[in-house]
Amino acid sequence: MDLSLNEMQEMLADSIEKFVANDYDFDTRQKYVDSEAGFSNEVWQTFADLGWTSILLSEADGGFGGGPVDLMVVMERLGRGLVVEPFLANVVLAGGVLQRAGNKQQKSDWLTAILAGELQAAVAFAEPSSAYEPANITTSATRNGDSWLLHGAKAYVLNGGRADLLVIPARDSGDRMDEDGITLFAIPADTPGVTVRDYPTVDGLRAAEIELDQVSATDAQLIGQLGQGFPALQAAINDATLAVCAEAVGVMNVLTEKTIEFAKNRVQFGVPIGTFQSLQHRMVEMYTACEQSRSLLMWAAMTLDSGGADAGDAIHAIKYQVGTAGRRVGEEAVQIHGGMGVTWELDVAHYFKRLTAIGLMFGDADWHLDKLAARRK
Amino acid sequence: MNVTFSDEELAFRAEVRSFFENDFPQDILDKQNRSIPLSRDDVVRWHKTMHERGWGAPNWPVEYGGTGWTTVQKYIFADEQARANAPAYLPFGVSMVGPVIYTYGDDEQKRRFLPDILEFNSWWCQGYSEPGAGSDLASLKTRADLHGDHYRVNGTKTWTTLAQYADWIFCLVRTNTDVARRQEGISFLLIDMKSPGISIKPIILLDGEHEVNEVHFDNVEVPVDNLVGEEGKGWTYGKVLLQHERTGIAGVAGSKFKLSRLRARTQESIRGSEPLAENPVFMRKLAAAEVELKALEYTELRTLASVSSGKAPGPESSILKIAGTELRQRIDTLVMEAAGYYALPYVREQYDADFPHENRIGADNETCSALSYFNDRKVSIFGGSNEIQKNIIAKHVLGL
Repeated sequence: MDLSLNEMQEMLADSIEKFVANDYDFDTRQKYVDSEAGFSNEVWQTFADLGWTSILLSEADGGFGGGPVDLMVVMERLGRGLVVEPFLANVVLAGGVLQRAGNKQQKSDWLTAILAGELQAAVAFAEPSSAYEPANITTSATRNGDSWLLHGAKAYVLNGGRADLLVIPARDSGDRMDEDGITLFAIPADTPGVTVRDYPTVDGLRAAEIELDQVSATDAQLIGQLGQGFPALQAAINDATLAVCAEAVGVMNVLTEKTIEFAKNRVQFGVPIGTFQSLQHRMVEMYTACEQSRSLLMWAAMTLDSGGADAGDAIHAIKYQVGTAGRRVGEEAVQIHGGMGVTWELDVAHYFKRLTAIGLMFGDADWHLDKLAARRK
Repeated sequence: MNVTFSDEELAFRAEVRSFFENDFPQDILDKQNRSIPLSRDDVVRWHKTMHERGWGAPNWPVEYGGTGWTTVQKYIFADEQARANAPAYLPFGVSMVGPVIYTYGDDEQKRRFLPDILEFNSWWCQGYSEPGAGSDLASLKTRADLHGDHYRVNGTKTWTTLAQYADWIFCLVRTNTDVARRQEGISFLLIDMKSPGISIKPIILLDGEHEVNEVHFDNVEVPVDNLVGEEGKGWTYGKVLLQHERTGIAGVAGSKFKLSRLRARTQESIRGSEPLAENPVFMRKLAAAEVELKALEYTELRTLASVSSGKAPGPESSILKIAGTELRQRIDTLVMEAAGYYALPYVREQYDADFPHENRIGADNETCSALSYFNDRKVSIFGGSNEIQKNIIAKHVLGL
């Protein structure tokens, strides 16, 4: 048992912290959010050039060979910077699926390009009526001669509006909620029948609603085996869940630090408001929530890394923890900042919004607690 | 960063597990499992067993008889101890006064006191709180006035746990009233409980048990040799002690045991009832408590890791106290709720060792559940109430 980072992880952490401190202040971030693409291609290219996008890629495939702990190190720091570049969509979700289930050709065609920053990708992990269940898929894949026809709708496709390549889970057999019978298809976004409605989300990111109207695909576009796409999808979603939890821990820490700093400087009734006990205790609770979440995150990352039977429990546990603690920290940060906390101008509001969005991604706190209670019954 | 145990650590775990299964007094484990309170003799006996095994003071430095265990070994040990449902070390000697003596005491004091603590030849109790000094501990009034080669002590200490069994008491006393800050002028004094002028008055807690006392000092003479460190520095020593106390106060291993026993109970059909596992509301509360416990466990491990890298437990150990005690109370609540009506019988004689087990009302893990719930209301109050802990964190960690 060892709770420390290795030398490589320390270096990675250090370089991302430096990048955020020197090149990614809040105003710059807002400029990227407001740009047409919604992020900076230049920054994204830098991530690729520095090798950050390859941390999860196996050494055999030319990557860093990292695992959940490395992912945690990266995401917490991206969270501290409120970074909007599409790391989650490209690296963790699309990269995660392709690395696990893609064949050699697909990896060299797509995975390499994605991690090099040359191709944008998205995984359509949700449908309008799927709620948070990844297996709740109704988009159909029907055999049509020697090709496939995909039909259905996908919801909240992160990075979907900018993606060149869409990973579409579709049902070739079985009932809604069956894990068997889900096939993953790689669909170029410009394929006839694909309609993408791109939109901004409350946290400064972009997502899309996607319609698939009898979209044609060949067998070469299958990622992995027919009907057996779910394990790779679920594994990528697990990584992505851990990733947003790590991001949330970064966000929560920033909010807590900023709130304490504000309370030390904001004078009312002739004294800094941080001298009021009612506020002090609430900030202590914010601090405690951060520390407890960090502890659980470390456990979850290590547990996922070890690949044991309780890896699923770890994901449910950390998402429940971050969902509840994150909401408390976010709301308290805004409250203690008073009127300034509810303005667009202050960065606090934007950290709060990101934290709120993370709370709803890949299952909210109630959903994960339900799963945990049922799993461990 | 990884959670796997090395081969050496696994071997150590097997060694500790075997000790509790084979060499620990099994009659004491039996009492524990049946929720029968331990007698003074039981407590002395099992501590002596630990000492004979070389485990009398796991956390002490090796030179004073400690184990030299790594952080992970300490963690494994506490885990196995709780897993066996063995009692926790009585903290007053081994966790509280011991570290103060080996850190601040002189060589003569180390020689006089440490071996007896290690071997459990002396039973210690703690004299901090007073009727007028609870959360505001620095307002304590018990005086120790110097007369030649001894102090004359007058005053009252309260909430003194198991003073009725104690041989010694360590006290914070006021040796100087003419000071700029109240925290100055407080000294750390070791007092023999057999000294003339000491009297003990029991305080019965809401669960009906005699666990704590008032201890009165009426012109009690204490040799100056029993002053630890410098006169007037007692507050500083006491604070260090409280930080040591707080790292252990999280009670992680004990909570783990209670939760695992509760989880096992949810699978059972007791007296023909539907298993609790069929109650989704209860199972969600149980799962939430387990998540909280896992977070706490790793916060404690992080603190222990920082201690073993040479740092003293800092004020952030206060969050262990707060989170740990809140969780203990939450678990008590769940255990009581699981018992339902069978949490309610208050039949004191059935906790006597010779009460016929088959005549007990309710199952072993039910009978004391409401009493534990009541008794553990104390944990968010003692050792510096949780509100005081928040003040400490606000000031010393957050800088407010």
